[in-house]
Amino acid sequence: MRADSRLGAVASGGQTMSDSEPRSPARAEGSPPGRNAAIEGSVLETRDLVVRYGDTAAVMGVSLAIPERSITAIIGPSGCGKSTLLRTLNRMNDFIPSVSIEGRIYYRGLDLYGSDVDPVEVRRRIGMVFQKPNPFPKSIYRNVAWGPQINGLDTNLPELVESSLRKAALWEEVKDRLREPATSLSGGQQQRLCIARALAMEPEVILMDEPCSALDPVSTAHIEDLMFELKERYTIVIVTHNMQQAARVSDHTAFLEAGQLVEFGDTNRIFTKPEVRRTEEYVTGRFG
Amino acid sequence: MSASKVDQSASKIDLRATPKLRARRTRASVFRWLCQAMTLSAIVFLGLLLFQVVRDAWGWLDWNFLTSFPSRRPGNAGIKGALFGTLWLISFTALISVPVGVAAALYLEEYARPGRLNTLIQINIANLAGVPSIVYGILGLALFVRGIGLGKSVLAASLTMSLLILPVIIIAAREAIRAVPSSLRQAAYALGATRWQTVRHHVLPSALPGILTGVILALSRAIGEAAPLIMTGALAFVAFVPRSPMDDFTALPIQIYNWASRPQADFHHLAAAGIVVLLMVLFAMNSVAIVLRQRASRK
Repeated sequence: MRADSRLGAVASGGQTMSDSEPRSPARAEGSPPGRNAAIEGSVLETRDLVVRYGDTAAVMGVSLAIPERSITAIIGPSGCGKSTLLRTLNRMNDFIPSVSIEGRIYYRGLDLYGSDVDPVEVRRRIGMVFQKPNPFPKSIYRNVAWGPQINGLDTNLPELVESSLRKAALWEEVKDRLREPATSLSGGQQQRLCIARALAMEPEVILMDEPCSALDPVSTAHIEDLMFELKERYTIVIVTHNMQQAARVSDHTAFLEAGQLVEFGDTNRIFTKPEVRRTEEYVTGRFG
Repeated sequence: MSASKVDQSASKIDLRATPKLRARRTRASVFRWLCQAMTLSAIVFLGLLLFQVVRDAWGWLDWNFLTSFPSRRPGNAGIKGALFGTLWLISFTALISVPVGVAAALYLEEYARPGRLNTLIQINIANLAGVPSIVYGILGLALFVRGIGLGKSVLAASLTMSLLILPVIIIAAREAIRAVPSSLRQAAYALGATRWQTVRHHVLPSALPGILTGVILALSRAIGEAAPLIMTGALAFVAFVPRSPMDDFTALPIQIYNWASRPQADFHHLAAAGIVVLLMVLFAMNSVAIVLRQRASRK
């Protein structure tokens, strides 16, 4: 399938971020101007991105630069393409055979869909948390340790598991039951476990696809607090259809409608002084 | 609803069943009893069958019967050759069909692009599951016994049996693999797992109980089949135990058929005893599979 046919030259194994970083400026110089000049401070950048499922376009010409170490929210009505957009950012759409992509996505100046890019390597650096908590039906410990294990990360696993669980604010609740099945946790705990699992890979970016939509308000508050802490070290992109959540947690907000980017900017501004009328109508709850 | 009458005079709510509800309840319980009766009748017929077989076999099924080879004198006849033949046959059939079947199912579910070709293959496999076993016997005779010259061996019969039960294993394994939630695969891929790592660590373990159920059903079918064995040349009178997969052999269904078709009543008792042995082998095999399945689903 597509994911495998794109196996590229990027070696997998014990490689870390530092291996590729020196390469990105070199590539930026060699590429045609205007196509690859990343916006200052942005980690991920889409350029005229079009994503199609067969003949129907779900994302139509979105250009978006996601700033580093901050939370970017993507909001919009159901079916506006926000999840699709998110999933192209770490190539999770590769598994859907009918998906085709036009335009460019740059990760630190590197073309994410370039022919020499291995999607497995991409997903190691750009982690993902899903709408429904999806822990593996294994122990809590194995859930966190599995990613580093299969990627051959040369670390002290128990230490990494503990630090990841601490970062996900779950350690205190599970430290005495690491061998118990992850499915014995509550929904909110499971979602934090999924975040810990993503953190254990030491990613640079974490994509969250409506991470709180299956959770109760208390668990939601937990996760939102956690996101505040995580943005000190990670770049977070969150898709949400909860506008209050976007207003509460994010620094930047992108409003998507019918596959098109209507407005993108400071969350404060988007929610108080939007420039486009559709945005105002949406954030004030007049439609959507 | 007009049926929900309220007792106005006492200004109380009437929660007793209305005639309409009573009729609905009657229908519900009739259906329930019908289902129960069907289940019971299946069990009763099975029990009757078992009872009759065991009654016929009574007194004939002893250690001598298990350790002797067939004889023209019913009193001396035993089932050793057929029992060992069946054990050889079913072991090799499992060794061949399970890896091939599971691999095929994995390929079709996890690797192959869904599309017209995939659908076509799927329909064909389902059709193959319905092909009469004698047809597989003819295929086995042409392909394995004569074509590649395996002769009337355990191996040729096992290969034929494998062809016969492969569709069942593939279909069951596909269903089991398809039932693994895609969220599990996505979780693995999102952590930078390759397809093989995802399949090996998450898809296969989750699908294992379902796959084992399919394997039990398939092998249970194989162990009772006589037609393909007749075609591929299982012998009716074997006074030895196979020592290699290339040896001649006979199997329990063949031996049972042979005894049952003789005119003397004593041989009919032998046939019944043979059936009991066959059932016991089947039972032992299924017990192993069930234990394996439970261990797999507990993880």
